[in-house]
Amino acid sequence: MIFQTVLFYAFAGVLLLAALGVVFFRNPVHSIMCLVLAFFQSAVLWMLIEAEFLAIVLVLVYVGAVMVLFLFVVMMLDVNLESVKRGLTRYAPLAAIIALVMTAELIQVIWLKGQEAGLTGAFTPYPEGYNNTKALGSVLYTEHVYAFEIAAVVLLLAIVAAITLTMRKRPGLKVQNIAKQVAVRAKDRIRVIKMDPEERS
Amino acid sequence: MMDFLLSSWDALPPTVQYLTITMFKIVIVTVGVILTVAFSTYFERKVIGSMQSRVGPNRVGPLGLGQPFADVIKLLIKEIIVPSSSDKFLFVIAPLLSLIPALAAWAVIPLNGSFVIADINAGLLYVLALTSVGVYGVILAGWATNSKYAFLGAMRSAAQIVAYEIAMGFALVGVLMAAGSLNLGEIVRAQEGGVSNWFLIWLFPLFLVYWISGVAETNRAPFDVAEGESEIVAGFHVEYSGVAFALFFLAEYANMVLISALTAIFFLGGWASPFEGWTFLEGTPLAFLMAGSFFWLAAKICFFMYTFFWLRATFPRYRYDQIMRLGWKVFIPVTIVWIVVEGVLAWLRVGPWAGLGS
Repeated sequence: MIFQTVLFYAFAGVLLLAALGVVFFRNPVHSIMCLVLAFFQSAVLWMLIEAEFLAIVLVLVYVGAVMVLFLFVVMMLDVNLESVKRGLTRYAPLAAIIALVMTAELIQVIWLKGQEAGLTGAFTPYPEGYNNTKALGSVLYTEHVYAFEIAAVVLLLAIVAAITLTMRKRPGLKVQNIAKQVAVRAKDRIRVIKMDPEERS
Repeated sequence: MMDFLLSSWDALPPTVQYLTITMFKIVIVTVGVILTVAFSTYFERKVIGSMQSRVGPNRVGPLGLGQPFADVIKLLIKEIIVPSSSDKFLFVIAPLLSLIPALAAWAVIPLNGSFVIADINAGLLYVLALTSVGVYGVILAGWATNSKYAFLGAMRSAAQIVAYEIAMGFALVGVLMAAGSLNLGEIVRAQEGGVSNWFLIWLFPLFLVYWISGVAETNRAPFDVAEGESEIVAGFHVEYSGVAFALFFLAEYANMVLISALTAIFFLGGWASPFEGWTFLEGTPLAFLMAGSFFWLAAKICFFMYTFFWLRATFPRYRYDQIMRLGWKVFIPVTIVWIVVEGVLAWLRVGPWAGLGS
């Protein structure tokens, strides 16, 4: 138990440092790498409360896909570091207000609601053979199947919308038709003409 | 002496015993993977040499078997050059970021019926997550180098890996539909009982998609546009030298061995023997062939490694837009269609789904 507490505080500490790094690093690529580290740390925290499905999916979706695209975009941008630095002080009051509101909400959710529900700090381990993935799957596809399907449709809609917004038809574009190229036969390209040799006069 | 060692081992707390055994397993697997990588470079040069009517390495040691070690020593004593305008920290850490996921994924690979470092329920998800993290090494190397060629290589590789990961993930959805489990050991056990039970047969399109996407994920020929010697010199690792380059090399080959092992586990029954159903072998000297063992897995890995080299020696490099077309417009539709087909098969209770309750 003590071992797990030590692990929790070690990972939570690194998580906080990484989150601060996201805000304070000048270079956006460094900020993104800090965010990746923060995702890994929170995945480990989830792992500590035996939520292995959520932990691995966090790494798979956010680190493996979303952050790669972030990195992709940020590396292409030629960010002016001076303007970024000025922005930090300019938006500081607004950021402080938002942070205060979020802290108040978190206190409300975790502390006050936790007292109502009689939650304690200690985590009770699941019995041997408990399968987090199976438990989630069996609830997701039975009780919450409609919400799940609606979420899927919303995502599909977002994909279609993003594609239609960015796709533009350019006239005169040369496109390969690979199937046609593969299906081509020699007789389509060359015509062999048989003719008698002309007589020499 | 032996008794003393045994009694002092028993006196240790269970946590320490567990940690010691796990560490020992990790060392065995890591050293094994690195040695496999070393000899697969030799294997590759011999295979490609023979396909191109050459001899291949034959100078260092008997049959040239010392060649991998000569290469390693050469790379170790070379100077490491860090470009002056590069991002030093990320430049140094990038090779590590590509090597660590390739080695860490071996934690959940079952090498035979009992040997696996971490027998976790969500093994397949863990493998997917770690193979998707490997792309960071390539992207960061390309960016931190601060060179146009390296950056172009990184961009190509990022787009390619993101595209093929989706097809890979969908192919694995098919595998877990057939196996009914995310645990790699369970997936192998679901395929026990001879070749006819392997998922290769019912999931053949998914096998092809997974294997080809695996080749693309490891940036190997014919999908090696990230390196593209003729266009962008060496792509993302153009400024790396010495050990830093060796780490990229190691990561690429470790990923190849990993993809081979995963393909063997998901579609060819992992450590299960292909001759399990051959009861007429019992009592003959060949009866040992029926038992599943590590050697079957090793043989399957060797076959897929050979296929990697075979592809490299056979096909010219894909053009970039053709790679994207293959990934997005061919593989993803194929996997989605086959998942629907699997749903119908499971509904009809045929193949691996025959034992499914109603």
